[in-house]
Amino acid sequence: MPQTLIQPEFKVDIDYDKCHKCGRCVQQCGWGVYAFNERPLPDDAKCRACHRCVTYCPAHCITIKKNDLAMKTNDNWSDAARKSIWKQAETGGVLLTGMGNDKPYQSIFDHLVLDACQVTNPSIDPLREPMELRTYLGRKPDSVSVESDGDGGYRLAEGAGMTNNVELATPIIFSPMSYGSVSLNVHKSLAMAATRLGTLMNTGEGGLHADLYPYAGNVIVQVASGRFGVDPEYLNRGAAIEIKVGQGAKPGIGGHLPGEKIDRQVSSTRMIPQGTDAISPAPHHDIYSIEDLRQLIYSLKEASGYKPVGVKIAAVHNVAAIASGIVRAGADYVYLDGFRGGTGAAPQVIRDNIGIPVEIAVAVVDQRLRDEGIRNQASIIAAGSIRSSADVAKAIALGADVVAIGSATLMALGCHMCQGCHTGCCSWGLTTQKPELTRRVDPEWGAERLVNLVSAWSHEVQEILGALGVNAVESLRGSRERLRAIGLDEQTCRILGVKPAGM
Amino acid sequence: MPYDIDAVRDFDPRRFREESPFKIHGGCGLMGICDESGSLMGGEIAIRALAIQHDRGNGLGGGFAGYGIYPEFADHFCFHMMYADTAARQNAEEVLGRFFAVDLAEPMPTRAVKGIDDAPLLWRYFLRPDADKLHAGDESAEDFVVHAVMLINGTVDGAFVASSGKNMGAFKGVGYPEEIAHYYRLEEYSAHTWVGHNRFPTNTPGWWGGAHPFTLLDWSIVHNGEISSYGINSRYLEAFGYKCTLGTDTEVAAYLFDLMLRRHKLPLELACKALASPLWTEIDRMPEDEQALLRSLRAVYGPGMLNGPFAIVLGFNGGMVALNDRIKLRPLVAARTGSVLMVASEESAIRAVMPEPDRVWMPKAGEPTIARVSGMDWPIHGDLHLSPSALSCAVTGTEFSCAEETVEVS
Repeated sequence: MPQTLIQPEFKVDIDYDKCHKCGRCVQQCGWGVYAFNERPLPDDAKCRACHRCVTYCPAHCITIKKNDLAMKTNDNWSDAARKSIWKQAETGGVLLTGMGNDKPYQSIFDHLVLDACQVTNPSIDPLREPMELRTYLGRKPDSVSVESDGDGGYRLAEGAGMTNNVELATPIIFSPMSYGSVSLNVHKSLAMAATRLGTLMNTGEGGLHADLYPYAGNVIVQVASGRFGVDPEYLNRGAAIEIKVGQGAKPGIGGHLPGEKIDRQVSSTRMIPQGTDAISPAPHHDIYSIEDLRQLIYSLKEASGYKPVGVKIAAVHNVAAIASGIVRAGADYVYLDGFRGGTGAAPQVIRDNIGIPVEIAVAVVDQRLRDEGIRNQASIIAAGSIRSSADVAKAIALGADVVAIGSATLMALGCHMCQGCHTGCCSWGLTTQKPELTRRVDPEWGAERLVNLVSAWSHEVQEILGALGVNAVESLRGSRERLRAIGLDEQTCRILGVKPAGM
Repeated sequence: MPYDIDAVRDFDPRRFREESPFKIHGGCGLMGICDESGSLMGGEIAIRALAIQHDRGNGLGGGFAGYGIYPEFADHFCFHMMYADTAARQNAEEVLGRFFAVDLAEPMPTRAVKGIDDAPLLWRYFLRPDADKLHAGDESAEDFVVHAVMLINGTVDGAFVASSGKNMGAFKGVGYPEEIAHYYRLEEYSAHTWVGHNRFPTNTPGWWGGAHPFTLLDWSIVHNGEISSYGINSRYLEAFGYKCTLGTDTEVAAYLFDLMLRRHKLPLELACKALASPLWTEIDRMPEDEQALLRSLRAVYGPGMLNGPFAIVLGFNGGMVALNDRIKLRPLVAARTGSVLMVASEESAIRAVMPEPDRVWMPKAGEPTIARVSGMDWPIHGDLHLSPSALSCAVTGTEFSCAEETVEVS
């Protein structure tokens, strides 16, 4: 019998006439595609089309092609479905994958369009006028009460103002990716960029490495079910604390970092023995219901001198009621991770079939919090495949205060979305702990690219605000009147609170 | 409650049918003048100020409100009413009779004006709240009046309360403001404060109630501009129970004032700072205490910030306040001569009224221009305790919904 029925997904095509025979492709590939015998000899089966070799080939002689083997057409049994069955028949295992849901579900963002001013009100030119993106993350009072300052003016009444909010220069933050799932250099790049941008990075569930302490004022420290790296100093170091309940890519299940990735550095940061698997439980074993969450929120607040404490959940069917409960339990923000959110490793069946789109989640949570009069009590962070500044603007118009980007930041650092994060072989040195790979990311280079990306998107959001005729992001936030739907069904429009184009 | 709440709830809203659900876009001209000494000025002043701004409107709406116009009935609530027909008048008068002692009821004095041929029946009433009914509940007189307004606007088909304050009245309709003024014989009234409006809507509302100023009790609001943040402003207000049904920006401005001034008890100056907030870079340069105040104010009331081009004049018995948007995208000029403060969309309007003012200036973006009539109470809303939805219903005359849905999370 053949070892596998599964034929390679890609074909590595080398133009040997142009090839320098330098062997750089062999050196660059993290997947072990290439052998070398006078010239590079690729094993197509190992290629993930990450284009590391293509990018670094000095002769530009490598082409990665789809292996277009004809299979009998069957709209029901897709090629992928057939391959999955062969794979499971060979291994008996759960299929693992990385990054976000790649199934062709309808993208709601792509069916929403924004408004612009014409004649009756002027658009505003962000090149010539102030265009404000500053955002405060956290709980705000419902009203402001003031007292006379005895000099004809007013001052805040005792304890009446906004407290314990994190100031962001732009409503774009970095989503949680743990040290362990990504390399330390990735973490450093994110932390340095967040500090320069005046925004936040997020540790994910793997703790905060000592090298990141100088940037801790721009870091959200996460407390997940495994409690990796959590101690009082950790809680007090960050700008805010996040309880991770769920993740869009794998709602309802915990994380798994294989022992091979737990080297000395990861071990000391996570506070677990070297070489052991880091398995975070599916639920927090001290949160079996909403009242338990409240206790944890307040324990963390007490332990940290009342830093903002947010709760990250995966967007699931009943997300509005859950979010309402989270806000009533005392959370300063609710982080909604849509079903297209990325991951370092997840069972494919979970990633591709569980959860709802972030657009819907933001819309229903924002509306529910308003209906209950508690919208001011917490910020909403939207995440789960924010692909462009247009998605940022649309998410904010639907009701998000802030968006978080993860996959996009990895792409800024070289990721080509080959979905092999769980293998630990990332050729771009991102989702790996192999020193020969991780050193490929220079944090200074990474930080610059991340600053560029977020600055570019921020400028584009400013352009959008200007076209809308408003000069502050809070005037777009939740302003669904500025959105119209094209090609969405009536019920979805109603759920989104968005009119169809033409109305 | 002194009225049949079910009747209100079941009412099919038709007041603003011609104007909603589509939002009305448009520009406008406006004016406001206040003699802070309390001396009265004839209506021709307001007419002159708007007639010279004729081209800022398109003949589809003009209106005025005057304060101090009924000194002989200073303690009565004066209702200016619009009726589609006599049946509407009879039905509305029946409601008025249930709430009030009617000391005088008369048709509004009008004169025939060429071009105005679709006027509703216009009546005015000088009313005292019925003592027995008022004291039966724990409502203030103001609450009581708003309930009556709400009941008429919400349930009496073809009747609309154009104004309901003490010693003031609104005169508005479809036409150019000088035509409307001529029709209402505005020159026969004298007021210490006048506000006026010349409308340029981009559709063709044919309804007299839709003209500015919008009023409730003794406050009135005129507005030039389009509020680009209307979407979030209205959603923000809805969370506090207001129902934004008119589809005009003016409505959200009115409710935001109500929310901040009456319910959150913010001083007028600070409410203006919340509605047209300073830039963050300006706030960052303020002294520390002020920074903390302004930062909180902006973060908390951010969803209520009026963004986009506007100039607003809010009139009330104690004076008036004029406010521009935060980067002054709509014109507003102010001038002072002695105790008289005047604001208008154009300086021409000011020169038409006071050719040689002591001082003329452009109020800065977001800086309120305030006139206070000496010796008059400052609170704008009097003693009012109504819920926002009741207030919305009273102002717009649309459906009253008091359903309070709560959702439990276990």
